[in-house]
Amino acid sequence: MKYMLLIYHNPETRKIWESFSDAERAEGLRAYAALNEDLAASGELIVSQALADPSLGKRIAVRNGRTLITDGPFAEVKEHLAGFFLLECDSLERAIAQAARIPEAELGQVEVRPIMVYSGLE
Amino acid sequence: MTVPDVEAVLRGLAPQTLGVLLRRYGDFDTCEDAVQEALLAAVEQWPAEGRPANPLGWLITVASRRRIELLRSEAARRRREESVAAREPLQADPPSGSAGDDTLTLLLLCCHPSLPAPSQVALTLRAVGGLSTAEIARAFLMPEATVAQRISRAKQRIKASGAVFELPAQGERSERVAAVLRVLYLVFNEGYTASSGPALCRVDLTAEAMRLTRQLRENLPQDGEVAGLLALMLLTDARRPARTRPDGALVPLAEQDRRLWNSAAIAEGIALITEALARAPIGPYQLQAAIAAVHDEAARAEDTDWRQILELYSLLQRVAPGPMVTLSRIVAAAMVHGPRRGLEQLAAAEADPALAAHHRVAAVRAHLLEMAGDVEEARAQYQLAARRTLSIPERRYLESRAAQRRLTPS
Repeated sequence: MKYMLLIYHNPETRKIWESFSDAERAEGLRAYAALNEDLAASGELIVSQALADPSLGKRIAVRNGRTLITDGPFAEVKEHLAGFFLLECDSLERAIAQAARIPEAELGQVEVRPIMVYSGLE
Repeated sequence: MTVPDVEAVLRGLAPQTLGVLLRRYGDFDTCEDAVQEALLAAVEQWPAEGRPANPLGWLITVASRRRIELLRSEAARRRREESVAAREPLQADPPSGSAGDDTLTLLLLCCHPSLPAPSQVALTLRAVGGLSTAEIARAFLMPEATVAQRISRAKQRIKASGAVFELPAQGERSERVAAVLRVLYLVFNEGYTASSGPALCRVDLTAEAMRLTRQLRENLPQDGEVAGLLALMLLTDARRPARTRPDGALVPLAEQDRRLWNSAAIAEGIALITEALARAPIGPYQLQAAIAAVHDEAARAEDTDWRQILELYSLLQRVAPGPMVTLSRIVAAAMVHGPRRGLEQLAAAEADPALAAHHRVAAVRAHLLEMAGDVEEARAQYQLAARRTLSIPERRYLESRAAQRRLTPS
């Protein structure tokens, strides 16, 4: 089964991260590196990426055939997607256990969503 | 020779070539890479230059040469030339051993218990199936780098586990064969269920799984579960032409046009499973094949022998219990004893936490309510099931069921 692990930041987690010392930040990044290494070793990692700051995002809407582009930052957003892992795990429990290892699980929020498949029915 | 012809020949020769190299040199990791490169060289050269007189000999020669090159570049990289010397041939002449034994030994090695299932699958398809990393990645809709990583880690892990290219002791053989069957069934299911998904130049994993299972059966003709798995694949794949509508929507078994089923595959599957059940100890693949056979034998859905299916599911529940077996058994009970009986059993079965959370419960309940004529409640359950399923075709089916203006009791 494939699962998407979505990592959310909010202004609070941003502040906490910024208040960290270099050593603390290095520790967080080491935890990420170790997690990536383990997930690759177990064959579960499909892809993981960090997303650029939401202020660099654009929102696209097509109305009456016209493409409207809105630039960030988007003031109303309390939480934003900061990165993701796409994993293949044997079970939801396993995916949750891996999600709990993401440093943001302690600061902000990590969401686990199952990926839909083309199998089923029969 | 066309490229597809060459590829078919090469896939058959891949495990033999690797078997010879492994018996000669023993280092699985490098030998496997070398054979893979030889296969790629053949795909490039044979269509233009024609197939060599001795294709297996050609592959062995090229792969042996590539192996030395790989070791040399590795040694140069590590500045440790002595490791090459240490890895010169174990024996000048490979000991005789049949190609069939090699294939079995290789399958068992690739499905080594130290490996997670996705790695077993990838390694089996490459080392035994002769597929390239790119083909495997496309087939599983994965990035090529992920698959390459999986394969190389899997080989490292096999090396670390100390496993060698030898048949395991008789005592652990059946457990190891069970792991191979699981992998082949995974490959089959991926191919079968994906036939409605995005299918851009994907290898036919269904055909590949059946080919490898046939090879395995040649090695283990007495094994009832190997025969059972092959029969299950044949009897399931036989329905493929009736399984999708032109718009890609899946057609449930009860609504399929059975004239489209592949009767030759059904006949072969039935013969296989009948023979296996008569002489081998019973197992889950045989039981599932027997159930598929009962479905396939019915000329119309209403002719289905549900009593026999119910008995088979009861047996299966004893041999290999699981949520899907429980639910299928409840559907069979409802077909024999009526939907109310099915709904009672479903309510009782939900006490099991593994089942309470299962997304199929709502789908089965909806179906049984529809059979019982409880239209509004059935609609609500179809909607609930549509939200809970992880399957895109199933969601589409459940949504369309829920949207029917009038559900008709079937």
